[in-house]
Amino acid sequence: MTYQLRLYVTGRTPSSIRAIDNLRDICAKELYGDIEVDVIDVLENPALADDERILATPTLIKRLPEPVRRIVGDLSDRERVLIGLDIAGEPLVTLKTQGNSS
Amino acid sequence: MTALIPVTKMQLLETGIDGLDQIAEGGLPAGRSTVIAGTAGSGKTVLALQFLVDGIRRYGESGVFCTFEEDPADLVANVSSFGWNLNQMIEDNKIAVVDATQHVSDNVIEVGHFDLSALLARIENAVRRVGAKRVILDAIGALFPQFSDANMVRRELRRVQSGLRLLGVTTVVTMERTDEEGGVGRFGVEEFVADNVIVLRNRLEVEKRRRTIEILKFRGASHQKGEYPFTIDLRNGITIIPLSAIELVQKSSEVRVSSGVPELDKMCGGGMYRDSIILISGATGTGKTLMVTEYVKAAINAGERAILFGAEESAEQLRRNAASWGVDFADAERRGLLRIICRYPEIMGLEDHTIQMKRDMEEFKPARIAVDSMSAFERVSTPKSFREFVIGMTSYIKHQEITGLFTNTTSMLPGGESVTETHISTITDTIILLRYVELSGEMRRGLTVLKMRGTWHEKNIREYAMDRGGIQIGQPFTGVHGILTGSPSYGYADERQRLATMFPTSVADQSTLPA
Repeated sequence: MTYQLRLYVTGRTPSSIRAIDNLRDICAKELYGDIEVDVIDVLENPALADDERILATPTLIKRLPEPVRRIVGDLSDRERVLIGLDIAGEPLVTLKTQGNSS
Repeated sequence: MTALIPVTKMQLLETGIDGLDQIAEGGLPAGRSTVIAGTAGSGKTVLALQFLVDGIRRYGESGVFCTFEEDPADLVANVSSFGWNLNQMIEDNKIAVVDATQHVSDNVIEVGHFDLSALLARIENAVRRVGAKRVILDAIGALFPQFSDANMVRRELRRVQSGLRLLGVTTVVTMERTDEEGGVGRFGVEEFVADNVIVLRNRLEVEKRRRTIEILKFRGASHQKGEYPFTIDLRNGITIIPLSAIELVQKSSEVRVSSGVPELDKMCGGGMYRDSIILISGATGTGKTLMVTEYVKAAINAGERAILFGAEESAEQLRRNAASWGVDFADAERRGLLRIICRYPEIMGLEDHTIQMKRDMEEFKPARIAVDSMSAFERVSTPKSFREFVIGMTSYIKHQEITGLFTNTTSMLPGGESVTETHISTITDTIILLRYVELSGEMRRGLTVLKMRGTWHEKNIREYAMDRGGIQIGQPFTGVHGILTGSPSYGYADERQRLATMFPTSVADQSTLPA
């Protein structure tokens, strides 16, 4: 599986740092295959944020595999991030209950 | 003890939008944000974009346009009909676009904490890139459904606002309302986002849409209160008619012009003042259109330009009527002295008529105009908008030192009051009444100068007749009372006296002639 991920952050804010840490951890533990991650600082590269119409930071865009998904937030809830990345690591039923309770 | 720092006067930024700067008494508060709230279709986006476009066209000030709802390409296409080439302005780096819309295909999931720093960063970048002085945030309400936490959005909008304030740009924020009345916006953000609120309304009145603009508040700056009508048209975009902001500073002219009827000029003490408004009021068939024709003829003969605004007859009919009285309108039109403009009042709102007629006058630069008839316009409007129409017209033509002649059709044959009269009589300088007079079983016509500002005028009610030569004003009615009320009574001492009035050339009658 090939993953192409882009994480948009703004500077070194706490939520930016948390998002980068959380993404690094997820990539290391949950994703298998080719993983390409770009971290874009919107303050330095606003034009790149224009291209994707980014309003909120942090925003993670999964460009590959299709479908394209956007996850906004510091990625602190791993289960929901995995759902967002279309990775069903655990049985569906468990995911559902966890999703509802969170 | 700290002394209060003297507050400097609020700096204003001229918008360049016709009329807005007048009602805002100079412009929008500079370096601040102003909310424009209105229901769907009230013209918010057009006003906001015009703020940008006029900034570029009139003041060379670049702008940023940030859209939350409508796709930028759609917006550009929508306003191209106003002749605004936004694409060119974007290409020339006069406008920077920040696309803050959300697409259905975005598939957004929220996981954990976030804020809208990227939005602010992008706007700030756009402002710096084109050196913008003006920023518009279009339809910020559309931001709310995108995120689950409305409070976060509010907080972030406040941050955007203070960020823009630090940049020193003047911002216009548009916001949708659900109702014409009541609260300003839907999401309760207006209090936070802006010190200044403008409300646009688009009400249905007498089956016609009437657009108004109201400055609700300007913190720290004065402004005109209440609603002002405005129009949106393809040529100028938004034009606001700043009625009460019109100052009564017209110069007063001593120059007299002819009404076209020499005897009437005599009755008016030597003619009409050049910058005066004349109202001719009478029932149908009393010769109002003939008076108009004579008045236009007088202009033509003096080599002056005139515009005749017809509201009830076509240009062809007016030419034919004039020809039957021996006046060649078609020839005058060919010589560039006359323009006949006929529009049915029904085709558009009175605000649009005002703008259109002003435009006609600006183009043709007439010395005189005539409107035949004013009461036709009243038919299609509310009393308020009719009054505004008349005030808008009269103040303009007075300002331009144009002589204006309006006709008014009264509903009752022998006279009586008409609504038009009561509405506009105080605005007009001269009122001439044309009345049917029933005398001894015969319908005759009487004319009187009811009022004329600033000069002596004859007070008699004079009989007049219409023929191929125009209007012939005869002798005063004597021995008859109550002509204007419509129920004349006779006060002759005997039959001999009555007979005497029938032969105006007789010596006995000469004594009643004016001095």
